[in-house]
Amino acid sequence: MVKQLTVISGKGGTGKTTITSSFAALAENAVIADCDVDAADMHLILHPDIFETNDFYGLKVASINKNMCVDCGKCATSCRFEAINRYNLIDVYKCEGCAVCEYVCPVNAISMVERKSGEYYCSHTRFGTLVHAKLGIGEEASGKLVSEVRRRASELAAEDGSDMILIDGPPGTGCAVIAAITGTDLVLVVTEPTISGIHDLERVIGVTRHFRIPVAVCINKCDINMSLSQKIYDHCKINGISVMGMLPYDRSPVAAMVEGKSVVEYSDNSLSSMIRSLWFEVSARLLK
Amino acid sequence: MKIAIASGKGGTGKTTVAVNLALALGNAQLLDCDVEEPNCNLFLGFDLEKQEDVTITVPEVDSEKCSLCGKCAEFCQYNAIAKLSSSIMLFPKLCHGCGGCVLVCPENAITEEKRSIGIIEKGTDEHFNIELLQGTLNIGEPMASPVIRQLQAHIDESTVAIVDSPPGTACPVIASVAEMDYCVLVTEPTPFGLNDLALMVDLVRQLDVQFGVVINRHGIGDARVEDYCRAERIPILMKIPNDREIAVLYSKGIPFVEQMPLWKENFRELYRYICKFISYQGGF
Repeated sequence: MVKQLTVISGKGGTGKTTITSSFAALAENAVIADCDVDAADMHLILHPDIFETNDFYGLKVASINKNMCVDCGKCATSCRFEAINRYNLIDVYKCEGCAVCEYVCPVNAISMVERKSGEYYCSHTRFGTLVHAKLGIGEEASGKLVSEVRRRASELAAEDGSDMILIDGPPGTGCAVIAAITGTDLVLVVTEPTISGIHDLERVIGVTRHFRIPVAVCINKCDINMSLSQKIYDHCKINGISVMGMLPYDRSPVAAMVEGKSVVEYSDNSLSSMIRSLWFEVSARLLK
Repeated sequence: MKIAIASGKGGTGKTTVAVNLALALGNAQLLDCDVEEPNCNLFLGFDLEKQEDVTITVPEVDSEKCSLCGKCAEFCQYNAIAKLSSSIMLFPKLCHGCGGCVLVCPENAITEEKRSIGIIEKGTDEHFNIELLQGTLNIGEPMASPVIRQLQAHIDESTVAIVDSPPGTACPVIASVAEMDYCVLVTEPTPFGLNDLALMVDLVRQLDVQFGVVINRHGIGDARVEDYCRAERIPILMKIPNDREIAVLYSKGIPFVEQMPLWKENFRELYRYICKFISYQGGF
């Protein structure tokens, strides 16, 4: 049975991708999935060699045939998303593809058309197969693209006989996060000891609870505010959440990133060995 | 004047810039549009008062009238309605509230009710004359954009409105940034920062919103963000150094302009630049 780990954070910039890319380096037989589809960064460390490109079609979008339109205005008044203006022009950023305008149009001047909303890729990397994506600018349906990436990653894991899928998740608590964590075996939340970090950690743990997914925590940059780190640790303990790592602030993640490497490849410093032990704990919990 | 503070990458310092800019200016509205993780008030500590629920309409099926024809399920583009053998099953969280099912139902068996997906709260500070409007998406809810749109309906056009946007480049960011006069893109000088900045630049150019860049944690990475801005002729509005004092104040939730008065002036200068830029463009 292929196990799935999703790394998320609630708050952005806490070190998700830094940690996930090191996990990718350490995992022996994993497929990696970059599910931060609207600001994907994993490729900057993994340098993928793309072997398969797929078009992603999100929601359809309305299109008005001007030659048939009788300017009755029914479409505009029926649209709940204010996506059609008085000149019968459709704002593609506002259109949510519901097809109500197509239904109400008395002269069949409106059709719903497929719209390419992004691409997703399968690639060879030095750490194994990577599935990653690029959502079109400003597109809807990022959750749907996350699901596509995960579906393809599962297929490849089955083909390759991998025992694990490593998912780098998006920030936030909304559709993309929900799509990235549903059905995974463990969510690792990477947080930092700042009041924003704590606030966002609590909300995102709420989401994992809501969907009944096992969760563990890693406190990154723990020494920038030890008393808040302690507070997070205690809070987790009271709530029965295991804190699997306390990583110190270090300059090596940025230096490694500048060279396009993961931290564990870049350096043998103490942060690097702590990430190794974190991986040991996380993978043991996952594969047990 | 409506200014969005945005960034592709999370954790670059959007909230820091938004809060400090609002405090430096005074007489401003601050809208926390990062409704999945609203953080502005952690730095302000205002007493928030609930203004309203954010609701979307979802269908309700009258099983007495329903003939199980399945037209509603067939029509729904979001898979929010499924026809089972003896009933209609609804998935309210997938519903976008378009009202299509009501229109197609031949038995008039579908009505709509409101479902709350988030709240809008307000807090004010008399001393600085700042009004904070915060949107919060309920835990487990997928759709942030309706909360953001409703929050932005509170913008007072006669004042300065500063909008703290969510990270990313997807629909919630469009909802936050599209109607703005100017967009400040906050980034950090790292390869991730640059990659995500370039995505945001594509987005604001497509939306035709004027923009400039603030580099936060200046000094940690490399010079590629500055090289990029120069090559693309994008103004760098401000560089905030990678300073331990700023980081510690941030971790405690203290806006750094309060402790470092020079920065108050820097943020005012940034605002004056934006005003000049926009009036030069003939927009404001």
